[in-house]
Amino acid sequence: MKKLKILIKPMLLLLAVPMLTMLTGCSDKIAVLNPQGPVARSQYHLIIWSLIMMSFVLAIVLIIFVYVLARYGRKKSAGYDPDDTGNRKLEIIWMIVPVVICVLLAVPTVKTLFSLSNPPKATAMQSKTAGKTLTIDVTSVQWKWLFRYPNQKIETVNYVVIPAGTPVKFRLHAYDAMNAFWVPELGGQQYTMTDMPMKLWLQADKPGNYDGRSSNYSGKGFAHMTFKVMARSATDFDSWVQSVKSNKPALTHEKYMELLKPNTVKPQEFSSYPELVSKDLNKAQMEALMNGDPVETDKMNGMDMDKENNGKGGHDHND
Amino acid sequence: MTTMIDSIKSFMGWFFVTGDPMIYGADASIALASIGIVAVLTYFKKWKWLWQEWLTSVDHKKIGIMYIIAALLMLFRGGVDALMMRTQLTLPNLHFLDAEHYNQVFTTHGTIMIIFVAMPFIFGLMNIAVPLQIGARDVAFPFLNALSFWLFFVGAMLFNLSFVIGGSPDAGWSSYAPYADVEMNPGVGQNYYLLGVQISGIGSLATGINFLVTILKMRAPGMTLFKMPMFTWSILITSVIVVFAFPAFTVALALMTIDRLFGAHFFTIAAGGSPMLWANLFWFWGHPEVYIVLLPVFGIFSEVIATFAHKTLFGYAVMVWSMVAISLLSFITWLHHFFTMGNTAPVNAFFSISTMLIAIPTGVKIFNWLFTLNKGRIQFTTPMLWALAFIPNFTIGGVTGVMLAMAPADYQYHNSYFLVAHFHSTLIAGTVFGIFCGLHYWWPKMFGYMLDETKGKWSFWIFMISFNVCFMPMYFLGLMGMTRRMYTYPAGLGWTPINVVMTIGAFGMGVGFVLMAYNIIWSAMHGKKDATGDPWNGRTLEWSTASPAAEYNFAHIPEVSERDAFAVTKEKRKSGNTKPVKPYAPIHMPNNTGIPVIMASFMFVAGFGCVFEWYWMAIPGAIGVIACMIARSFVYNDHHYISVEEIKRTEAATGRLS
Repeated sequence: MKKLKILIKPMLLLLAVPMLTMLTGCSDKIAVLNPQGPVARSQYHLIIWSLIMMSFVLAIVLIIFVYVLARYGRKKSAGYDPDDTGNRKLEIIWMIVPVVICVLLAVPTVKTLFSLSNPPKATAMQSKTAGKTLTIDVTSVQWKWLFRYPNQKIETVNYVVIPAGTPVKFRLHAYDAMNAFWVPELGGQQYTMTDMPMKLWLQADKPGNYDGRSSNYSGKGFAHMTFKVMARSATDFDSWVQSVKSNKPALTHEKYMELLKPNTVKPQEFSSYPELVSKDLNKAQMEALMNGDPVETDKMNGMDMDKENNGKGGHDHND
Repeated sequence: MTTMIDSIKSFMGWFFVTGDPMIYGADASIALASIGIVAVLTYFKKWKWLWQEWLTSVDHKKIGIMYIIAALLMLFRGGVDALMMRTQLTLPNLHFLDAEHYNQVFTTHGTIMIIFVAMPFIFGLMNIAVPLQIGARDVAFPFLNALSFWLFFVGAMLFNLSFVIGGSPDAGWSSYAPYADVEMNPGVGQNYYLLGVQISGIGSLATGINFLVTILKMRAPGMTLFKMPMFTWSILITSVIVVFAFPAFTVALALMTIDRLFGAHFFTIAAGGSPMLWANLFWFWGHPEVYIVLLPVFGIFSEVIATFAHKTLFGYAVMVWSMVAISLLSFITWLHHFFTMGNTAPVNAFFSISTMLIAIPTGVKIFNWLFTLNKGRIQFTTPMLWALAFIPNFTIGGVTGVMLAMAPADYQYHNSYFLVAHFHSTLIAGTVFGIFCGLHYWWPKMFGYMLDETKGKWSFWIFMISFNVCFMPMYFLGLMGMTRRMYTYPAGLGWTPINVVMTIGAFGMGVGFVLMAYNIIWSAMHGKKDATGDPWNGRTLEWSTASPAAEYNFAHIPEVSERDAFAVTKEKRKSGNTKPVKPYAPIHMPNNTGIPVIMASFMFVAGFGCVFEWYWMAIPGAIGVIACMIARSFVYNDHHYISVEEIKRTEAATGRLS
């Protein structure tokens, strides 16, 4: 028995070390465990809860494992019983306990799942923005990110500025390959696809810069397909929009076609964009359009994407 | 004249992969190895031996050995791919591989490890063990079995050829549309993937059918389903999964091939194609595939743990039913591979819960293994070490699997290194530990001598510890935001130390594998002979016959009355209770045939023609395949009898003449 105790302690320590590292100290380097917004936070709570439950399971398995090996693994260990071939009671216990654990995990999972399809609660203090949301159209192109502000009528590339404390609805499209839009400190990812518009709500608690990247492989330049999310106070956001509108060049048709080519580019911003851009055409549709063929775009309104007009009724931050 | 030379030059430049010293090195080593093999075979006059004893063999034991040799070679290639990736990622901004090469390497690594290592290794072990475990003389369809092997083999060769001819695929082993479509992925690389995997997949499907029928129809008298060894049970259930899952993949691969070669639009962006359809079809096969490579190793661990704990398996019936439950659940969880593709909350909720449910039967199995050990007399042999290491390491993979099953949390794990760590925890601690365990366990049965225990244990400890060094830190890397398939990363994100540690671990695993290969070579020369046929004091029927087993496996078909049939027989023998000796009777066996290997070669020609869209080559290849089928259907003389004299001679040689 003594030998057993000696073995168990390091085992538990082994378990505790990663747990402690995750819960304390260096967690600001661990983006997922350093949530900076309500969406990431709800996912973080779920992760920690599952981690606790799973550590419990792992601990039980390890304790029994070490016990049986220490007890029955020695040359002269007593208690050999070849007729011990089953135990109804025990087997029922280890069937029921996992069921209970599954229920304990499934309930918050489903709850979080449904809550994430709605916008998070705005926390911005200014009455001007309270309860309002911002919509940004995101298009992934091999290998860059285009951000369009349909209400502010501006466009940025490879970085996006959002007002802190305000729920932001990212509407995700892909021009060519599939990608995934991921800002770990603000919340989990969604894919961008060519034939199905997607929606992702995110919100930053406070001003700050957050790293985003594509998480779905899309070819040669994929590793460089990163972007910054810059959360600013509402007033800073407004003045940024104004400065882009008045100081930056317009996105011309030619420039836009240039951006659609597969390559990597530096962050940039444009004070306006041509009408064509807001159609969210994919590569095949764009090529058809350029060839003068008829373009079918009704597919772009599928799924549960909102069909409402962008500028309508108090929906947006800056109207 | 000069224009002709120029056009030949430009063709060669396009046909052969050029411009990289590593490729030239590979070209040279392939050429040298081929010349070497031909020279050795010619010098020792072994061509006839090779053809008669191996290439045309329909003996399940020889086919099993060929599967394992091929799988070990592929494991070496896949492992080298892994080490190249780890080298590239050791430090930020390295230029060991460029993006294009890295993309090809991770694609071939994944495809080879799943399709050309895990599956054939398992098929090899089940070929060797299942007929022996059920007291049969061969599988139900020996010809089909040989054909399955050769289809796998030419599929693997076709896929590997892409490295030096034409260029490797680079769309990932999951080859998601639309990136894998011809629009964004021109060239022949992706064609190699589609055709190579397709050809070997046909072989896998046939193997599934073959073993399903073998186990259902060819068990020894008295062996009811619930008296079968657990490994045989696992193969029965796996075969059912293969039969239901593989057609989906066959169809998906065919549709994408049609897209790429003939300009259809099943998965394209244009003309109403649906890229997501590929994801659905792929994972409808892909998730059950995980269990195709896991359930058999559950079976192996069950055999090994029972053998070396010297106890019957704890909770046999529950073990069987949990595998049945896993197999059913495996078909309703495929969507968890793309929780983040815009499903509605109810859909994700369903698949979250169905995925979590798999943890219940799997957990039950873990506890049953632990309680098989409990009150046992545990003997730490090399196969047992692999089986024991499986329990804690696989449990880590299992619990992180439950974490990934929670869709909202998965939004943060998906495609990150957390996911990569999870599936390596299950596929290495499960499948790889399992096939190494089975390899050491059944080695004496395959070859008649033991693998060295000391070297075996060294390779185990090095590999197992290195595995943890490589993959435990990877979970944290994923939570830090590093995603899979990145060929490089910038400095300053705090990812570097973890990457350095992981690379050290990866090379440690390489050392473990090399040591195992050394052990195989060393033991072939100096290994202890297994004269008894039962070196481990085994419990199941494969240990009741000679090592290696005679062509006909059993001189008398064993009669079974209980589980662990051989253990029971040995108990009875001890108490002096032996059965009366029966006279030998001639044994009916299938003839060797060259048709499978020839037919598969035609398949290779057809496949290679399709890869390059050379229909002048593909069509004759396909005609050759059909001609072989026709030729086979006119073979009436397909069996022979082994005479009583020959049986007596063979049995006497192993001291088993009764």
